[in-house]
Amino acid sequence: MNTNQNILVKLKEAGFRINDKWLVKGVTLQIEKGKIVTLIGPNGSGKSTTAKIALGIYKKIDGEVEKYTNKVGYVPQKISVDWTLPLRVSDFMTLTENLKAEAINEALSLTGVIHLKDKNLGDLSGGEFQRVLLARAISKKPELLVLDEPVQGVDFTGEIALYELIKKISDELNCGILLISHDLHTVMSATDHVVCLNGHVCCSGTPIDVAKNNEYKALFGEQASQILTRYQHKHDHIHTDEGEIKKN
Amino acid sequence: MLDDFFIRALLAGLGVAIVTGPLGCFVIWRRLSYFGDTLAHSALLGVTLAYTMEFNIAFSVFIISSLIALILIQLQKRTNLPGDALLGLLAHSSLAVGLVVIGFLTFIRFDIMGLLFGDILAVTVDDLLIIWVGGPLILLVLKLIWKPLFASTVNYELAEAEGLNPDRAKAIFTILMAGIIAISIKMVGLLLITGMLIIPAAMARNISDSPQKMVVYSIIGGVLSVILGLFSSLEFNTSSGPSIIAAALFLFILSLLNIKQSIKLKN
Repeated sequence: MNTNQNILVKLKEAGFRINDKWLVKGVTLQIEKGKIVTLIGPNGSGKSTTAKIALGIYKKIDGEVEKYTNKVGYVPQKISVDWTLPLRVSDFMTLTENLKAEAINEALSLTGVIHLKDKNLGDLSGGEFQRVLLARAISKKPELLVLDEPVQGVDFTGEIALYELIKKISDELNCGILLISHDLHTVMSATDHVVCLNGHVCCSGTPIDVAKNNEYKALFGEQASQILTRYQHKHDHIHTDEGEIKKN
Repeated sequence: MLDDFFIRALLAGLGVAIVTGPLGCFVIWRRLSYFGDTLAHSALLGVTLAYTMEFNIAFSVFIISSLIALILIQLQKRTNLPGDALLGLLAHSSLAVGLVVIGFLTFIRFDIMGLLFGDILAVTVDDLLIIWVGGPLILLVLKLIWKPLFASTVNYELAEAEGLNPDRAKAIFTILMAGIIAISIKMVGLLLITGMLIIPAAMARNISDSPQKMVVYSIIGGVLSVILGLFSSLEFNTSSGPSIIAAALFLFILSLLNIKQSIKLKN
């Protein structure tokens, strides 16, 4: 079935409904090793639902999902940890996999929260918790990373650093990433493939293709389109001369 | 040594406390205290079944409790009633049916008080065997499903997404709950089993900062409650179950004092 060895997850005309209400339908996309696929779209457009279909959290779905890996790291959009649990950051890191202390420390250092290792999870701020969530997802060196708004609540400089980290991880681990984000500016620079959702796939392709798409313009407005194309321009520049851009 | 009823009671109590410790932590974490109560109430029906069919009590309680858990899952799927209403419905109706059945069984003399609140005199060598074989078995299975169960307790979707199969772990845990109720019914009685699960774990929560510590403290708390409770029950000639639970409450209050002191120190 899997002709392309690089494919990690494949959705074919996938959809999910609760009773008769479709949360999302007709989604076709694939995530490959080393590639970043970004889902964009307004609130309630089915981004998180699509991620959950790809992860196999939703089982009774329409269409097909083929998943070729079990090494998955997931950063959910919402996580409500019950504080009846005494849980330190270090306990949370080994939640789904037993990790060596070095692997835990490395991941926490990468996301800049190593100093919080022995803190109680309930005592973290929103941004700190988000960094811990990301650290946990990457610490197990997954083949597939699903990041549902991974930098929400993170401060501005941290946001940029974390997106850079996500791109670095995708290169270093050669893992496939499904990213959900509202931030058109930052995300697009690193994305290989954009899927624009609005209850269904309204358009998809490279960031530049999507930015030119009329449906995308209708959904996000002309201005958003300009942001994207402008960014894409900058992106081209990064490719021609990487070292210089870092000085910018 | 096993001839002495008190030694038997002590051994039985310790065997039960070691198992209720870790299970009780999950009962608190997963907010299952009402669920535990429901299973325990249904145990009376299991006891009557054991008497009429001449089964082993622990075995028939285990069967009935598992059955009630299954019925609960089905009811949850088929009705829109909230979970606590369903639990109340099952708990009280199974208790009522159990009592009605007892009314019919006039040819057997039931020690209702013993069933409800535990009876140390009633612990036999066979009961000990069941506790010390069943208990470690429950712990072993709990250890095997620890990762998926704990992960899904923290966050179901994370556990499911990362391939841990939380549904299976939850089903197995339900069976373990039926198991602990079956082996501990003679010690603490069916009205107080949930107390044995919750109170030492609640005490442990007050003084621990990690899940592992909470499990260990919960076991220690349970063991101390059994020792304290049984000796005072011998001393004051009180029922074993309430004495053990009262001792657990005493430890819980101590753990609260400990917190207040540490807050004072911080300020």
